[in-house]
Amino acid sequence: MADTTHGTGGLTFDKSKRAWPNEINVFGALVLIVLIFEGLGFALMGQSFLFDSNGRFDSIFNEQRLRIIILQVAIIGIIAIGSTQVIILGGIDLSPGSIVGVTAMVAMSFAQVAEVNGYPNPKALFGPAFMDLPVIVPIVVAILCGLAAGLVNGLLIAYTRIPPFIATLGMMVAARGAAKWWSKGQPISFPTDSYAAIGAGMKPVIWFVLLAILFHFILKFTIYGKHTYAIGSNEDAARMSGISVDRHKVLVYTIAGILAAFAAVVLSSKNLTAQAGMGVMYELDAIAMTVIGGVSLSGGRGSIVGTVLGALIFGVIISGFTFLRLDAYYQEMVKGVIIVGAVVLDQWRQRRSAARM
Amino acid sequence: MSDIILETRDLTKHYGGVHALEGANFTLRKGEHVAIMGDNGAGKSTFVRQITGVEQRTRGEVIFDGKPVNFAGPLDAREAGIETVFQTLALADALDVPDNLFLGREKTKFDWLGPFRILDYKSMRNDTLAALTKTGVKIPNIRNTIQNMSGGQRQCVAIARTATFHSKLTIMDEPTAALGVQETAQVENIIRTLKEQGEPLILISHNMRQVFDLVDRIVVFRRGRICANLRKEDTDGQDVVAYITGAKTQPEYADAA
Ligand SMILES: Nc1ncnc2c1ncn2[C@@H]1O[C@H](COP(=O)(O)OP(=O)(O)OP(=O)(O)O)[C@@H](O)[C@H]1O
Ligand SMILES: [Mg+2]
Repeated sequence: MADTTHGTGGLTFDKSKRAWPNEINVFGALVLIVLIFEGLGFALMGQSFLFDSNGRFDSIFNEQRLRIIILQVAIIGIIAIGSTQVIILGGIDLSPGSIVGVTAMVAMSFAQVAEVNGYPNPKALFGPAFMDLPVIVPIVVAILCGLAAGLVNGLLIAYTRIPPFIATLGMMVAARGAAKWWSKGQPISFPTDSYAAIGAGMKPVIWFVLLAILFHFILKFTIYGKHTYAIGSNEDAARMSGISVDRHKVLVYTIAGILAAFAAVVLSSKNLTAQAGMGVMYELDAIAMTVIGGVSLSGGRGSIVGTVLGALIFGVIISGFTFLRLDAYYQEMVKGVIIVGAVVLDQWRQRRSAARM
Repeated sequence: MSDIILETRDLTKHYGGVHALEGANFTLRKGEHVAIMGDNGAGKSTFVRQITGVEQRTRGEVIFDGKPVNFAGPLDAREAGIETVFQTLALADALDVPDNLFLGREKTKFDWLGPFRILDYKSMRNDTLAALTKTGVKIPNIRNTIQNMSGGQRQCVAIARTATFHSKLTIMDEPTAALGVQETAQVENIIRTLKEQGEPLILISHNMRQVFDLVDRIVVFRRGRICANLRKEDTDGQDVVAYITGAKTQPEYADAA
């Protein structure tokens, strides 16, 4: 059914007349940025950025670099899936980085092996009863951590009407404190093999892709998704239409917390260790990916597809700078410029669409 | 059963020191169409917000369909059978027409999935087309998001929404304020259809011609109080204006002056 026209005055449902999806622009930006790095690569380094297969003939890509780009963004990408929903809702979440820190510490404590090279595990926090546990235990514990933190965020925002920026800023500070308190600042290592397998190799990418697909579906086709967009686009209208706005906010922030906790599991598993400083600034990178991906900070607009593309742009830029051997200082400065640029672009886009009305 | 669908007794709303609505006694019979008129800030929208549970009243009673009601929110009111077009349109800009028509009462499949139940887009789309056809509302493309529509088209969407769902009472707060001649005629037709179907209506409007064309009775608000209750046959435009401006007050509402 491509086109349905009704007798009375051209009432149509016409797919071809839909507005140009913003994701196409973001994809265009991704291509453009890759091309810029290709150009700079040839001009400055005398080699290609992505299309250099190191002498192998089964691929036209520099697979190693592609892998690094994707792996680099996968874990923060998982957080960005949560940030996307929070921002579409019209909110903001500054706490996921710290939730990663505390969750990694707590989960790792429940993922300890009993013996390291034949000696008792020197880092184990708890007694022998808490060693060599099945992998489901640390995962469940982690999810509960994320759920609790997200729930507190949501309840604060929905029922005390504190602005999301402040509520999640509080959580950001408090959760980081909890991470440091947990093992008195000591890192925790020596996870069981099954825990270490969760984030081994390219697994983080698989988790990211699976979660992206799942939440793409949820946002597009479920009532949860529809209400998220509705609240972000006009909270009063959503309330008057009978959507339980407060309950829905709690749910969205809770899901964002759970996603951050899952990112913590993958990250600590991949690194085989957990430290209190894990995930610092991840929330800002996640927000950057989201905003670059065309999710509007004023709410109601954006998609998971956009965020995935935004994450790729983010990864390409970072590894592009590494490829050009640019100092890390410059990388951070440019990152800042990109975030602000993306927001300016978003506002400009909205003003233009408002002017058309 | 009595034939009164809605009654308010001493309905009052204070916003801090602002007495936006004071002691409103109002009745509406089944099948009756009543207009509420009054100057800007007279308390008309406030009256509607107390009935529909958007806000909680300071004092007074609302009796709907024979029972005292205390709606916690607009959804309660809607589930009880009150459909409302609010003055500030309750539309979500970033969503399209079917999404807005079904906002807050989406059709879903797999309801055991709770908050993650699946939207039945196809059925909502077909119902939307049917509803717009029935109400004669013309919108070029229902996949358009609301933000890309004219003020009149938005209003039509909001009104089609109320007219689509069967209700015991429809309330419209200045439904044609932003509309052109043609769209106004469309809305008035929707209202006539409701009248034919015997559905009661409260219409808030500043348009004298429209009020005299459509309703049976006119209630006038002034500075938060009801100051007149006039059968259409017993009054005319000049008379109503006199009540609105305060030149006249009906004796039974004398304390309103
Ligand atoms: N949330 C609020 N807080 C404080 N005062 C309010 C609030 N809402 C309305 N008022 C005041 O209550 C009075 C009545 O407002 P209301 O919106 O009911 O007027 P109205 O009759 O609908 O006017 P109009 O014809 O302009 O729509 C006004 O003086 C208004 O300023
Ligand atoms: Mg009003």
